[in-house]
Amino acid sequence: MITRTLLACAFALSTLPAMAETVRMAVTTSFENSGLADVLLPEIQAELGIEVELLVVGTGQALRLGEAGDVDAVLVHSRPAEIAFVEAGHATHWREIMYNDFVLIGPSDDPAGISSAQTAADALARIAEAEALFVSRGDNSGTHQKELALWASAGVDPEDLGSAYNAVGAGMGAALNTASGLNAYILSDRATWLTFGNQADLALLFSGDPEMFNPYSLLPVNPDRHPHVNNAAVMQLEDWLVGPRGEELINAYTVEGQTLFVHSAVPQ
Amino acid sequence: MNEILEGLVEAAKLIAAFDPELVEITLRSLQVTITAVVIAAAIGLPLGAWLAVMRFRSRRLVIAILNALMGLPPVVVGLIVYVLLSRSGPFGVLGLLFTPTAMIIAQVIIVTPLIASIAHQAIRDLWSEYHDLLISLNTTKRQRVATLLWDARRALLTACLAGFGRGIGEVGAIMIVGGNIDNATRVLTTAIALETGKGNFALALGLGFVLIALAIAVNLLMHSLSRTERSGTW
Repeated sequence: MITRTLLACAFALSTLPAMAETVRMAVTTSFENSGLADVLLPEIQAELGIEVELLVVGTGQALRLGEAGDVDAVLVHSRPAEIAFVEAGHATHWREIMYNDFVLIGPSDDPAGISSAQTAADALARIAEAEALFVSRGDNSGTHQKELALWASAGVDPEDLGSAYNAVGAGMGAALNTASGLNAYILSDRATWLTFGNQADLALLFSGDPEMFNPYSLLPVNPDRHPHVNNAAVMQLEDWLVGPRGEELINAYTVEGQTLFVHSAVPQ
Repeated sequence: MNEILEGLVEAAKLIAAFDPELVEITLRSLQVTITAVVIAAAIGLPLGAWLAVMRFRSRRLVIAILNALMGLPPVVVGLIVYVLLSRSGPFGVLGLLFTPTAMIIAQVIIVTPLIASIAHQAIRDLWSEYHDLLISLNTTKRQRVATLLWDARRALLTACLAGFGRGIGEVGAIMIVGGNIDNATRVLTTAIALETGKGNFALALGLGFVLIALAIAVNLLMHSLSRTERSGTW
């Protein structure tokens, strides 16, 4: 009796939109926080008739969702992880769509003096030298992996920084909130920083090193592994993003007068 | 401090403007949690009464487990439901992941032990009072459970409201199994988490105040419908 009621409820409530093409895409928090999705999704809906449902998660979880076949495509920014994902057969291929860049944020009086640094590695070395507080994502996300790579090229092991290094294990926004509370240095993507509402005494101190470019790629989940994924719609979506319309919208997107993303896909 | 005031202003603005997005996520919050509480009550109330009336060897153990499950971490429930409903999981073919149904399933698991435990506590006390009477009337087990459930209805309403409280404010499980998808599975609590992540504290707090107001409204409504907490009645 109870099982039957449960089943009835389950079916009554699974209100899936009928007929409309839907693509589920796992994206990183930095993409969603940038606000670009709010520009692209209505256009995709209007021009292709595809409704894109975004699952905003960390890079690690996004790849897990793709691996399990719970999403149709994944949009992340962590090249080594993307290549491994394709090699493992979870996605058919990866396609670079655009890039933005990482920036170093810190207290506006800049106690470590990173604003005059020449390279990102130099800036991090100065933070380590000054023993200034630093907040790390610590969640194995694309941003976290980039941060670790930059520490490595600075020749600093973050473990040696002791209590000055705070790995919060949280998303970009939450980590920025922590940095804002501690008045600490942090590596963020430009998009999330510009749209972040709780900047307090923090300021953008260093950017522009090509090392800090951050390419985003689309990974269509392999339909041979997961026959239920909507691969046809994902391919349409990819063509649109790669094509002139995607290029125009992505390049024209600005926040506070700053261009956030540079379209970098090459049409085939 | 200022931010709390800003939050209150934001909440007032949202409600005054009757923001369609706010209405949508509020209704979805209610749909998910009320459905979950109704299902959880259908399981938990008879279970609580049955545990009070029945005597069997491992009863104490079952009750201890039930009480312990009241503290189930929602994130763990979310992960378990995710693994079960995932396309690679045993129920993947149903395609329920990232739908309100998945959120309801997770909340049923979270809320049922709470309702069953509180129901059991209330009915156990009533049973010690009614025991001799119901036995002497030669009632069946089913009749005893039904009588106890009816006569303990006020306490059982409290159990359900406690379950509602746990469900409506829950974010860990529904974030994982619902995915916080705009226009599909976003509810008040996941929207609050999202806005906090964006650093929009005023909007996040505003949504929080809307959530609190909603919880109060539902509790008042339940009391007025069931004629409890009124002057003249105890």
